Amino acid sequence: MLDKVWADHEVGEGLLYVDLHLVHEVTSAQAFEGLRLAGRPVRRPDRTLATADHNVPTGPGDPDDLSRAQLEALDRNCAEFGVRLYALGHRRQGVVHVIGPELGVTQPGMTIVCGDSHTSTHGAFGALAFGIGTSEVEHVLATQTLPQRKPRTMRIAYVGTLGPGCTAKDMILGTIGQIGTDGAAGHVIEYAGDAIRRLSMEGRMTIANMSIEAGGRAGMMAPDDTTFAYLDGRPGAPPDFDAAVERWRGYASDEAAVFDREVTVDLADVAPQVSWGTNPSQVAPITGAVPEPADETDERALAYMGLTAGTPLRDIAVDRVFLGSCTNARIEDLRSAAEIVRGRRVSEGVRAMVVPGSAQVKAQAEREGLDAVFQSAGFEWRGAGCSMCLGMNPDILQPGERCASTSNRNFEGRQGAGGRTHLMSPAMAAAAAVTGRLADVRELVA
Amino acid sequence: MKAVRVVSGPVAALDRASVDTDQIIPKQFLKRIERTGFGEFLFHDWMKDPDFPLRRPDFAGAPILAAGRNFACGSSREHAAWAIQEFGFQAVVAESFGDIFRTNASKNGLLTVVLPAADVRELLDSAPAAATIDLQAQTVALPSGRTASFEVDPGVRERLLNGWDDIALTERRAEEIDRYEAERERRGPNVLAL
Repeated sequence: MLDKVWADHEVGEGLLYVDLHLVHEVTSAQAFEGLRLAGRPVRRPDRTLATADHNVPTGPGDPDDLSRAQLEALDRNCAEFGVRLYALGHRRQGVVHVIGPELGVTQPGMTIVCGDSHTSTHGAFGALAFGIGTSEVEHVLATQTLPQRKPRTMRIAYVGTLGPGCTAKDMILGTIGQIGTDGAAGHVIEYAGDAIRRLSMEGRMTIANMSIEAGGRAGMMAPDDTTFAYLDGRPGAPPDFDAAVERWRGYASDEAAVFDREVTVDLADVAPQVSWGTNPSQVAPITGAVPEPADETDERALAYMGLTAGTPLRDIAVDRVFLGSCTNARIEDLRSAAEIVRGRRVSEGVRAMVVPGSAQVKAQAEREGLDAVFQSAGFEWRGAGCSMCLGMNPDILQPGERCASTSNRNFEGRQGAGGRTHLMSPAMAAAAAVTGRLADVRELVA
Repeated sequence: MKAVRVVSGPVAALDRASVDTDQIIPKQFLKRIERTGFGEFLFHDWMKDPDFPLRRPDFAGAPILAAGRNFACGSSREHAAWAIQEFGFQAVVAESFGDIFRTNASKNGLLTVVLPAADVRELLDSAPAAATIDLQAQTVALPSGRTASFEVDPGVRERLLNGWDDIALTERRAEEIDRYEAERERRGPNVLAL
């Protein structure tokens, strides 16, 4: 699949054409400034789409001065260079990796870049999508191309069936636990197997999203009827949709495709996962215990997390719950969490919040009454943004606070200096909210 | 971008694996809209620890940073490369790097050198003993007197040696891009029509 998309976009030796460039406020200001200084225009504003997400407030109150300056810079830059912007308050605003797919501008066979490492999300549609730095953002704005060397390929094949209570998040956390945070370094991953084909687009996006947490350059999945049904009728979908589908079908890897590396993940071994450390490979099944440290990295992680080897994971109490991020804040994620929350209350002393992935996800959830489910249980119901996934806005953990989070990174300080993050699925985070500790969601759905 | 050929001098050692870019430059410092002003916040949280290696007086001013494998994984923030460079490092040596960081570093003239584990170990264990990285020759003169060689993408090497600006180079291929766009009649989203 990588070969086909690559061949289709090679302008010439080592130069790749970019079909869609997504832009946000945090990694673009210096790039636009570079264009301005050099007197360069944006080559293809029609292939460039901007939104404000990383640094926007999701609750009442105004952004601080620096944040406001950054958001205003995005407004100014998009106006000056003719780039379409869905700013804070727009009905289409949201986390950049949520809105691309929901608008239908993310399509199979495309090359998609964005100044954000979780751009890999869009690979769920059979696109080649990867994160870039600010200098490359400037390069794409100016030329609509990127100097690129073709990465190696790696197929991750899932065998077996996903057990009850397990989700796409558990599949990818289990996979990273198996191959490590640099297990896919230098490679584009292709996720394969019946378990992938059975997933919804939301589930597929959760998996592709975390490709970078295994070090992967990108993650791709073959486009199929699920992909096409998701895109049909969306505003950005091609007008001649049937012809597009015919073309898109051709991007799937051929039977005889050869990969530089092959990995098999047996889903029979995957139970609902939670992370216990400070990188996403430090995960364990919820039925397990905090492991004995294997090396210095593990020792540092346990010290930072305030955990002792041998402690059952289900004995770990949480202070905060965060349901959000480009990994798990789509409508299906909110539905699966709401199912656990319905008729229950957030545990005494726990502060829980839901941050929908986009203004459209929020509106959809409200039409379904999910906001009432969450709010009557004691969750805060917020506006769309990256929020506490990276804690640039005021949504952060206090030092020592422990959080059950549906996001993608449990790095030290990621959600706030001294904060302790446990990664898990939306249903597992909901279970943690209502029990006040890391909990096995399977015991709540009996 | 300034041309780079040789980086020579003391080595500072950060003997930790999978250091992520969130540690290199925490998110609260990503609000600036300039390319400068990040050096003083390098490893902001870790610097609070009196035992953090980069606080060692004998590492001060070192132009080379040796680090554990998978250095600068995670977030794509180019601010990490800017911060390392502004702090005073001109090169980072490790067994492996996060892909995006490595590209970002190359766009700013910050050398990233991949060496075998044993050679990186020597640098880590003998720091601040000096080393010399020669990009032209693709070699590192190690403190023991041994010389290790390293691989680098030929295109990246040429750009760094000459201090060439990437965009200007690509602009020379404008006709190729025009032809591609015309011939291929690139389908795909006209976001302005949304």
